[in-house]
Amino acid sequence: MPEARSLNGAEAAREALFESMERDPDVFMMGEGIADHGNFFGTTNGLMEKFGSERMLEMPVAENAMTGIAIGAAMMGQRPVMSLQRVEFVLLALEQIFDNAAKIHYATNGRHKAPIVIRLVVGRGWGQGPHHAQSLESVFAHFPGLKVIMPALARDSKGMLIAAIEDDSPVICIEHRWIHFAKGPVPEGHYVEPLDGPRVRREGSDVTIVATSYAVLEALATAEALDKVGISAEVIDLRVLRPLNLDLVKKSVAKTGRLVTIDTGWITCGMGSEIVATVAQECFSELKAPPQRLGLADYPTPSSRSLVTDYYPTPEALIDCVGEMVGAKSEQMEAARADMAEHRGGLPHDVPNPTFQGPF
Amino acid sequence: MEKHVTQINDETRLGLYREMLRIRLVEEAIADRYGEQEMRCPVHLSDGQEGIAVGACMALRKEDKIVSTHRSHGHYLAKQGSLKAMLCEIYGRAPGCVGGRGGSMHLLDDEVGVLACLPIVGTSVPLGVGVAYAAKRKGEDTVVTVFLGDAVMEEGVFHESANFAALHSLPVVFVCENNDLSFYTSLEVRQPDRPMTDIAKAHTLAVCELDGNDAVTVYEAMNGAVKKARGGGGPSFLMCNTRRWREHCGPRYDYELGQMTEQEFEALRADCPMAKLGAQLREAGLLDDAGEDALRAELGKEIEEAFEFARNAPFPELETAGDHVYA
Repeated sequence: MPEARSLNGAEAAREALFESMERDPDVFMMGEGIADHGNFFGTTNGLMEKFGSERMLEMPVAENAMTGIAIGAAMMGQRPVMSLQRVEFVLLALEQIFDNAAKIHYATNGRHKAPIVIRLVVGRGWGQGPHHAQSLESVFAHFPGLKVIMPALARDSKGMLIAAIEDDSPVICIEHRWIHFAKGPVPEGHYVEPLDGPRVRREGSDVTIVATSYAVLEALATAEALDKVGISAEVIDLRVLRPLNLDLVKKSVAKTGRLVTIDTGWITCGMGSEIVATVAQECFSELKAPPQRLGLADYPTPSSRSLVTDYYPTPEALIDCVGEMVGAKSEQMEAARADMAEHRGGLPHDVPNPTFQGPF
Repeated sequence: MEKHVTQINDETRLGLYREMLRIRLVEEAIADRYGEQEMRCPVHLSDGQEGIAVGACMALRKEDKIVSTHRSHGHYLAKQGSLKAMLCEIYGRAPGCVGGRGGSMHLLDDEVGVLACLPIVGTSVPLGVGVAYAAKRKGEDTVVTVFLGDAVMEEGVFHESANFAALHSLPVVFVCENNDLSFYTSLEVRQPDRPMTDIAKAHTLAVCELDGNDAVTVYEAMNGAVKKARGGGGPSFLMCNTRRWREHCGPRYDYELGQMTEQEFEALRADCPMAKLGAQLREAGLLDDAGEDALRAELGKEIEEAFEFARNAPFPELETAGDHVYA
């Protein structure tokens, strides 16, 4: 494996696109505003100059046909990477995704394949509001035939996207805006991070925290704070939401006896519900406490920063949740909260880092 | 749309007649045997509309592609999809064209370019456009024919797809079968009174409206559209007026459901694409009773053998039901 540098998630995704397009002439990008001045949140810089408009295909604002066109081209051996700047845009294309992308291989008895990747971005921060901040992974994860991935670490943003592009099945890649900003080690050149299931990102013995996407980064930071007060949390990065492989989660729960899930979407019918149900079915006797689920508050995403104070599952909420499960003393929880507040450094809750200046 | 210059020869006219008769006999055989409850999937029969399927597909090469709808038996057969594989699929048998996974509404024979027949209204339209886009990217001279019904003109995805096909001058021919009905709801209840071709024209498609029950006319118009598409001239839209004879889904004629009187039905059925061409062939001395009988006997034998094959074919193994979810 080549040596890693520190890149943010957006730069890592850009390298994935670059490497994939360089290696395979059948790979092309399609989408709305994929190479305008924003460069799709910094994930397409320089690709138009390198590969030209034939392979950086600017599409009409017509998501349903765009998706069907991608599937039709993929049936003929092309590997389109369709990119939409918000998850919500793809709601206009669900018929194509659910009826054709997810089923064309099955319904043709294996004759057709639809090797498409659909990149969808979840917005957060600076008042993205009801139509620009939805994290709908569990909707896509409902359907057999789709692969659904949510990278968290920058290394995965590159390696999993390359794996998705090289996969012969359709892959929905949900990128949280705030992982675009998060830096981490990323190897140079071509490499693949397999779409085979979760990874343990931090070992622990008291509680298992299963998180997706940006919630993984917050869970890891919170686990550090918990560790300082003597609570040992294991953090599992779910990575692949369908096909869902929970072997690692079950193994971890067998060790810790406690489970907390953190969704980037709503709790009801969310990924956490699926994980808790499976653990309850298969690891009931291992459990020392009822599993807990964290996620978005049960209403649409408001815009005003005053209304989203408690909307997202905060580190404080995770500390409270874990503390209660393990029977921590109030001083321990206070100390962990204070540690997280210090870690945050007074940063407003609606920005991912001090350099963020909006609007997206 | 430019006037076509093709002079249709006798062999092609006889071929059109033969293919129409073949589809007609298959649909009638399905209807006759549907009550046996062995073909346990919905069937959307296409008798009465054979002129369009046959006229359009006769103008295509084997390697040209088609996508179609829920009412696809005619398109599939006209493009020379395997009859045995189609009947096995309808009977739910393992040698079915998609192994019993789809039934009548999911026919496929990619060896002869029948890429996808899909039942949700409009769903196959962008797939066909995507196939054409891939062909253009790869520098192939394949033409893609997208069969669609009049109700697709009410779906947004048609406009999205036509817009893109025109923008990129893709080798697509949209063949609209206007049979006036969506389920049992007539066009006048669903669309304002305006030429449907104007919609396609607004997307800069080359358009023409024609009698879909005249296979020769369809063939000639299709020839022009295919030539234009293959030459890089972009997409066309042929609006072919026709009527379906059977109920939306199932073996009965529409009048048997009380949707119309038997007299009205007979008047409608008098405009039969097969009878129309048959009369012309007889007048030209290309067909007589003996010829017709011989043709019916030959096709009848093929069809009977195919039904026999399907009825005796094995069912797919239950253990394979979960195969092919992921590629």
